[in-house]
Amino acid sequence: MKKRPRPKVAFFDFTDCEGCQLQFANMGRTFLELTKLVKIVNFREIMSERGQDYDIAIVEGSISTDNDIKRIKEIREKAKILVAFGSCATIAGVNAIKNRSPLEVAKKTVYGDKANTINTINAMPLDKVVKVDYYILNCPPYIPEIIAVLKSILMGKPYPLPNYAVCVECKMNENVCRYEKDEECMGPVTRAGCNSWCINNGNRCYGCRGLVENPAANGHKEILLKYGLKLEDILQHFTLYNDSAGEKYDKEFK
Amino acid sequence: MTKNSSSIDTKNVKIDVHYLTRVEGHGNIVVDVTDGKLTKCEFQVIESPRFFESMLVGRSIWEAQHITSRICGICACGHSLASIKAGEDALGIMPSDETIMLRKLLLYFEQMDSHILHIYFLVAPDLLGVKSVMPLIKTHKPVVEMALRMKRMSDYGGEVLAGRHIHPISYVIGGLTKLPSKDGLKKLHKLMLEARKDGEKTVKILKKLKFPVFERPTQYMSLANDEEYAMYDGDLTVNGGNRASDKNYRKVFTETVLDYSRAKIATINGKSYAVGALSRFNNNSDKLNERAKAVAAELGLKAPCHNPYLNTVAQLVEWVHCLEESIVIIGKILKDGLNKDKILVSSWPKRSEADKIKYKPNTGIGCVEVPRGSLFHEYTIDETAHITQANCVIPTNQNMGNLEDDMRKIVPELLGKKTQEQITLGLEMLARAYDPCISCATHLLDVKFING
Repeated sequence: MKKRPRPKVAFFDFTDCEGCQLQFANMGRTFLELTKLVKIVNFREIMSERGQDYDIAIVEGSISTDNDIKRIKEIREKAKILVAFGSCATIAGVNAIKNRSPLEVAKKTVYGDKANTINTINAMPLDKVVKVDYYILNCPPYIPEIIAVLKSILMGKPYPLPNYAVCVECKMNENVCRYEKDEECMGPVTRAGCNSWCINNGNRCYGCRGLVENPAANGHKEILLKYGLKLEDILQHFTLYNDSAGEKYDKEFK
Repeated sequence: MTKNSSSIDTKNVKIDVHYLTRVEGHGNIVVDVTDGKLTKCEFQVIESPRFFESMLVGRSIWEAQHITSRICGICACGHSLASIKAGEDALGIMPSDETIMLRKLLLYFEQMDSHILHIYFLVAPDLLGVKSVMPLIKTHKPVVEMALRMKRMSDYGGEVLAGRHIHPISYVIGGLTKLPSKDGLKKLHKLMLEARKDGEKTVKILKKLKFPVFERPTQYMSLANDEEYAMYDGDLTVNGGNRASDKNYRKVFTETVLDYSRAKIATINGKSYAVGALSRFNNNSDKLNERAKAVAAELGLKAPCHNPYLNTVAQLVEWVHCLEESIVIIGKILKDGLNKDKILVSSWPKRSEADKIKYKPNTGIGCVEVPRGSLFHEYTIDETAHITQANCVIPTNQNMGNLEDDMRKIVPELLGKKTQEQITLGLEMLARAYDPCISCATHLLDVKFING
């Protein structure tokens, strides 16, 4: 049987910690299996080759400078398929916390009197600038989900994101609800798909996958108020990863 | 620009490596030699600024660990631990000895994970004359498989201990939110015993590779303590001299803004200094365990070592040290078990108690040795335990001045002997030897090109 040519894959990173790419190195043997199915032509973190001819671009990080906008548009032009990879690329992630205060303040805090030499704009997810074909959520991405999305891409099928809350998976994992434990949690409004990773490990959900399409945000707010949280803290929970929800809830909650 | 980069020109060399590869984050190397005079020699950081220190302002101290682990995907555990230590210092919380033992263990796994990534994926391709690990999959498949297996072992360690290695979940202020499972620890213990063989093979491989010969004595800073090879805690020392508390780090070194590069560079007594595996080795090699000492001897690494390229060798020595220490600790846990009452905490104060806790405005400092060197987090909190000021000092920032001083010494040494192409590779390898982690380097400024 004649082998089909392997699609060429390129990795790119914008503003982020590069932990998403590292998840590939953490796959162990699966990574080698993967190289049988796709040809990796550009992966700056571990390669010096810089292939400019690629079919699939896997892009992590947020857009946060004018130059980023230019670069992501060029990548979009070359790639047949563009995958937004990880929280920073899909929902702007923790980078967008800086959007909540004026950029001038952020620049001054970190860079002092050299602040005016810094080029920065509000941190944005990729799809604010270009069309995105596939989304791999989570901070860091969950390896079983990375593989599921890659399978869909290779089979030419869409990958529908779950549109139910983390609570569904959390219940199936038989965790005791954080609220039952006198704690709090973003699980009820956060999109599932991580197999309730953080709660399984005794922590709470921080909302790194973004909110479900129609979160019962006001209901959630009422519960948190009942549990003694202040409005500012509730907003901070909602905006730790989800700046895009911030403007909406700034108005609705107050 | 010089016309032919593969010919030897003693007078004019212009190097502009845009987006240095096989490092974490975005950096450029720019060198300008005109008429035999070195006019420019810079390692430029072009990573988009990330503003973590300003992002932390106004956030609760209880989520600082969650946020700051996102500074770096490689050193996520190190950032978590520095953050937790700073938070505990500010809140006046003392973790139990069991908790500290588990933290040391997590740090050992992070050292192993990062070092193996650096040795095999970032450095070895240069020494084998290829551009990346990819062609090695065909030519050296068993070695690549071994490298991935070693990487996976340490990553699995993070998974067993903290839920995951990248952005750990269960390590929080005061303790852990979940105990590592016994089954996981058993499997990990077995994998570690098996990894000894891979370690021995790696020593053989590294022994055959030829590292560039270059020497420049400098100031080597690291933590040190009397009990052990310091990673999780200790006092700061420079070249093994007088120790200073890590709480006084601002007195040990200063961060200054240098005009020519517009980057913040840290100095000790006005001079650049190095942090990382080689500094730790130079200051503390007598505290290494026996197996690690044997490996250092086999690879010919002796303290003090003044060749920065050999940082990679020091990393392998540390890998062996961390593996052996971890085998002992996990063996002990499997035998004695863990006392959950001394370890388990919730990640935030319980809701019903949250309003009753009285906080005192305070400043806390936390320092740990991460793979690339000493990492500092400092937070000031108000009476609601929200952060009013934050500072993170990253190893890569501290190494930047030292790297540039190395470049300034090495370029004239190579001039007229090597082609521009060879000098470029030599400088790239030098930068990579420091294992720079630029995403972390939150202090550094954007730099404009002169020779673009």
